[in-house]
Amino acid sequence: MLRLPTFTYHRPKTATEAVAIACQHGKAAMYVAGGTDLYPNMKRRHQAPTQVISLQDVPGLHAIDWLPDGRCAIGSMVKLSKLEHDAKVKAAHPAFAHAVREISTPLLRNMGTIGGNLLLDTRCTYYDQTHEWRESIDFCMKKDGAICWVAPGSPRCWAVQSSDTVPLVCAMEAEVELVGRDGVRTIKAGDLYRDDGIQYLTKKPEELLTRLILPAPTGWKASYLKLRRRDTYDFPVLGVGACVWTDAAGTVTKANVRLGGAGSYAIPATESEKLLVGNKLTDELVAAAGSAAMKPARTMDNTDLDVYWRRKVAPVYVARALLACR
Amino acid sequence: MVLDQPAGRVEDGKPAAPWRHDAKKEDLKHIGKPIRKVDARGKVAGLTKFADDLTLPRMLHMKLLRSTVAHAEIVSIDASKAAALPGVKGILTGKDLPIPFGILPVSQDEHALCPDKVRFVGDPVVAIAATEEEIAWEACRLVDVQYRELQTIGGIHEAAATDEPRLHDYGVRGNIHRLENLEFGDLQDGFARAEHVREDTFFFEGNTHLPMEQHATLAHFDKDGKLTVWSSTQTPHYLHRALARTLHPLPAHHIRVVAIQNGGGFGGKSDPFNHEVAAAKMAMLTGRPVKIALTREEVFWCHRGRHPVLMRSKVGVTKTGRITALDFQSYLDGGAYGSYGTASTFYTGALQTVTYAVENYHFRGARFFTCKAPCGPKRGHGTPQPRFALEVQLDKIACDLGLDPARIRLDNLAPRDSLTANFLRIGSMGLGACIEKVVAGSGWNERRGKREVTKDGRIRGLGLACSSYLSGAGLPIYWNGLPHSGVQLKLDRSGLVTAFCGSTDIGQGSDSILGWIIGEVLGIDPLGIKVVTSDTDLTPVDLGSYSSRVTVMTGNAAMQAAERARDILQKGVAEKLGVPAGRLVFADERVFDAEDPKKGMTFQEAIVCSEARFGTIGTVGSYTPPPTAAKFRGGGVGPSPSYSYSAAVVEVEVDPETGIYRVPHVWMAHDIGRALNAAVAMGQIEGSVYMGLGEAMMEEMAYRDRSHKGKRVFVHKIPSMLEYKSPSALEMPKVTTYVIEDPDRNGPFGAKEVGQGPLLPMMPAVANAIFDAVGVRVDEIPCSFEKVFAALQAKKDGKEGRYGPSSGADGVPVVDFGDSLKIKTPWQGGDGTAWNEPKREKKAAK
Amino acid sequence: MSESKKALATFQVNGEPHEVAFAPHKTLLEVLREEMNLTGTKHGCELGECGTCTVQVDGVPILSCLCLAVDAVGKDVRTVEGLAQASELTPLQHCMADLGAAQCGYCTPGVLMAADALLKHNPKPTRDEIKEALAGNLCRCTGYLKIFEAVELAAARMRGEKAEPSKESIHGS
Repeated sequence: MLRLPTFTYHRPKTATEAVAIACQHGKAAMYVAGGTDLYPNMKRRHQAPTQVISLQDVPGLHAIDWLPDGRCAIGSMVKLSKLEHDAKVKAAHPAFAHAVREISTPLLRNMGTIGGNLLLDTRCTYYDQTHEWRESIDFCMKKDGAICWVAPGSPRCWAVQSSDTVPLVCAMEAEVELVGRDGVRTIKAGDLYRDDGIQYLTKKPEELLTRLILPAPTGWKASYLKLRRRDTYDFPVLGVGACVWTDAAGTVTKANVRLGGAGSYAIPATESEKLLVGNKLTDELVAAAGSAAMKPARTMDNTDLDVYWRRKVAPVYVARALLACR
Repeated sequence: MVLDQPAGRVEDGKPAAPWRHDAKKEDLKHIGKPIRKVDARGKVAGLTKFADDLTLPRMLHMKLLRSTVAHAEIVSIDASKAAALPGVKGILTGKDLPIPFGILPVSQDEHALCPDKVRFVGDPVVAIAATEEEIAWEACRLVDVQYRELQTIGGIHEAAATDEPRLHDYGVRGNIHRLENLEFGDLQDGFARAEHVREDTFFFEGNTHLPMEQHATLAHFDKDGKLTVWSSTQTPHYLHRALARTLHPLPAHHIRVVAIQNGGGFGGKSDPFNHEVAAAKMAMLTGRPVKIALTREEVFWCHRGRHPVLMRSKVGVTKTGRITALDFQSYLDGGAYGSYGTASTFYTGALQTVTYAVENYHFRGARFFTCKAPCGPKRGHGTPQPRFALEVQLDKIACDLGLDPARIRLDNLAPRDSLTANFLRIGSMGLGACIEKVVAGSGWNERRGKREVTKDGRIRGLGLACSSYLSGAGLPIYWNGLPHSGVQLKLDRSGLVTAFCGSTDIGQGSDSILGWIIGEVLGIDPLGIKVVTSDTDLTPVDLGSYSSRVTVMTGNAAMQAAERARDILQKGVAEKLGVPAGRLVFADERVFDAEDPKKGMTFQEAIVCSEARFGTIGTVGSYTPPPTAAKFRGGGVGPSPSYSYSAAVVEVEVDPETGIYRVPHVWMAHDIGRALNAAVAMGQIEGSVYMGLGEAMMEEMAYRDRSHKGKRVFVHKIPSMLEYKSPSALEMPKVTTYVIEDPDRNGPFGAKEVGQGPLLPMMPAVANAIFDAVGVRVDEIPCSFEKVFAALQAKKDGKEGRYGPSSGADGVPVVDFGDSLKIKTPWQGGDGTAWNEPKREKKAAK
Repeated sequence: MSESKKALATFQVNGEPHEVAFAPHKTLLEVLREEMNLTGTKHGCELGECGTCTVQVDGVPILSCLCLAVDAVGKDVRTVEGLAQASELTPLQHCMADLGAAQCGYCTPGVLMAADALLKHNPKPTRDEIKEALAGNLCRCTGYLKIFEAVELAAARMRGEKAEPSKESIHGS
């Protein structure tokens, strides 16, 4: 049986206390929300924190709050299954509820949280393996090794952004609330991530993600389309998050397209976005936007399914995601 | 050739024991009824114990340190730091277990722990037992193994091209493990008479069983010098033999193997394994019980699954589609060890002739050693790969000739009660009925080729394919004249009947089969019968749960034992009641006079009066398959008491923009002779559809082959539940099942194999359906989305709408097969022997 | 805070208190199987990828391999051993047994715990809802169909209907 390494387990009662414990132990500490990402990683010895800080007892992280201006603030410890079944969330943010439902399996969604999904470790078929397997390749730079096996000449790690919700919330221009040693700050979701397989987050390690804030559902329409082999279990090998703002005449005033599973962060398909603005979402336009989408993508041979195929069908998926925003 | 004499065993001029194949359905009380399995309630209550559920006082936990390199000599092993770790109680290396083993006598090429050389990433090198599993794992990390790396042999082409280094110092030459070359009839004449000839190249990637339970073993060596091993094995008898061999001088009768309930097998627990031998030795070394439960990754290292097979098939037909000649080549990637590979090689050429009458047949098979987890038998053992090739090729021929793919098959059916070109004896044969059922059920004639478009823009297609499979191998794995299956019955004066049998229930219901058959013969409730199985101390030998042999072989042995018990009771009751024995009926827990049903006694009273008359009541039954007609070398693989048949129609819906497809509906007909239990047979068929669908769409043992700064990495790409893709509840299609009952005279109540055969047509039927939908061919399994897309792209670009291995000269490796063994077909007057015997290099393993 | 060494805690499992000592890095799966000898809960990957270890915590089916045992203290834990009341199996267990929905039986406890949870809040699930509820439980033997049929049959019987399996599911078409 694969087992966890030993650790001291903390269940702080406030966010401040949690941050204090994290500060005290530095690199030895990690937060855990649902554990569905961290514990498998620990069993494979990707991470071996000696101090694990569970957020389950922190009040306020378990609620879905509707702010007066129509925004929806979701506590980071809200379970994915609660979100996918929440009638109000489904009505106001169908694309978001859909993206949540696309995550893994119903059993995992009963445990996993939105905070955990937003901070999901990047994935790679050279990395998401047991310690023994990784030993056979002399490890990789993401953990214990020197090179990136996906691109051995590259100085960086190419592990893949694999959360289903991240491309969508970035496209929706949602915000996240972070609590750190200096208090609370709110940033755009898109600013939480960076283009690196190892340092894929911009937040400080001790900063605690407390809330995801979805914008008021007016003036835009979003969609999420996921490419994977099976309709359950699998991580996205492409996750298209699209959000389109239109005027009364149906002309696009703003468009965000983010590509998940296509690089180490949810990559903006800026060429596609440019094509869309000022035009109506015709079949031809979305097809053209689809074709333009993959230019910035960094699809590599480190996920399931053939890399060339993933690149080739991506335009179709982007176009279909945009059609769903019509 | 159609036989004058019915197939079946003849002993001393007398026909063998009748297996009641002609029993009328309405006369059967239990056979065919959906009685729940004897172990069903224990399983749903969570009370069934699997190997890892067992614990014993003072039990140690063992872990194996496995090779991290693909091919190397072991220079040194330093386990001193591990030995110093508190809690470590025992360390074994290769030198502690010097005797090699292997499932087949011709390939005793495995060691529990590699003594001098490792051959794939995952080959075990050191075993460590400790008081806790974590400690054993930590201790393994402290062992320093120095390797001198050798060239990696990565696949079929590489193995064929690399004479040195050799993975093994036995085999044909270089890294060729086996070469077979069998020619039946006159190929030249067959092709000369053909009006259409096709040659195609196919590839079937390896895949694995992925049983839900990870293999586990518990070993205990008591102070009387007796060893007990509980293990998740499908073949306790062969494990028993392997332990007796490797633990020499421990006598075989001091070793007890208990095959505990298997959490899925599918062929993957049929070999004696390193961890089983090492756990036994560790228990002897430490004097404490030792358990090892493999991780999921290690299950992939055990493997023994489907061989990757590259195939080239040339077939000649008349313009009406009748097959005149078949020239079939298969190239098997065997992985690092022999395992069942010799049999697997023959199986890639054995059963082509059992579905369709092939007049002239040439088979060449080559198996290579490579640095992969060893391949072996998975559900369908060696036959799904050639079946895929043949069934897709027939579809292409039908297309070439403008014929209906169903018709071309019906026109080529091998006749019942006949001998094939390669001397396999066909008995009952319900393939025609199978095809007719799925054709009618699926609306084949109306819906095929219509390319309907679904609401979401997908294109529908239908594909058809057929198959046949063995009801057990006609010959045992090691040469002997002993029964293949034995059953002992004990009749207790309480009324209890206990059946003892070495057969192993792996979920297919073999324990229950004992109950149903004995219950039917003795007229008692099958669920009241106690079944004791798969314990080498207590139960007579059954060769194991492989090659779909248990229903027929254990079933016949059980029937013989039950008939003998019935004879004894009949005599006792007849004397007591003064009724002629022949008039006594056994039914409803009673034994009574057929002419005066009130005159009789309960079954329990029948035992009591018979025991009073004759003493303690126990009987035995055993079964040996009929002698084979094939006498040539290699003819031992393929013969079976009977063959099951299957036909499938698969519906697909293909997205032409991406190649993504789904399978909404499957129609499957399976000729199983007779269903001993309807519901259980259905479950086996549905399970086959599922597993075949997985192989067709996604399952593969893919390897990472990368080089960096002179270091080559060659390792299984995805040894996990998540990344080895297998269908979930959401992928499972609707299945319309037809159970075809064409009782076979060699099976108990006419039963044949159920549950391996229907896996086989799934892969070709999916590929054929994709062609029907979007007009492209994927000549490779798995037929995954990207391959459909690539074929569509090729077609779009004006090239051949096909994805698959090169059909050119470079498509298959250059291998000198030497002279063929030439055998005259039955219709040429052949007697099953070869008329030439070519000289070949042959060297058995050490 | 729980130090990395063993400490005593009391679990409510299948309605009964179990006092055991364990370290905080131990999962619920390990503690159930190895400390309480409740081996009905199986394991197939220990990474949350197969569903074999499914148990219910406060009525919700979860993966016991990814749940720390310490986090289940004070909650209502139910395992396959707790389904049957005295010697009487639940309708779902009966239907699974009778239809052959348990072949090797290894995924069965996990499937039962997921399906049992479904039937608790959805007494009349559609086939699609059953599939979705079991989309995290891999089974390699049955092809799932007998499992789906068993859940449907059990649901009907639990609603008080006199349901029998269809002829097609037992004898084929």
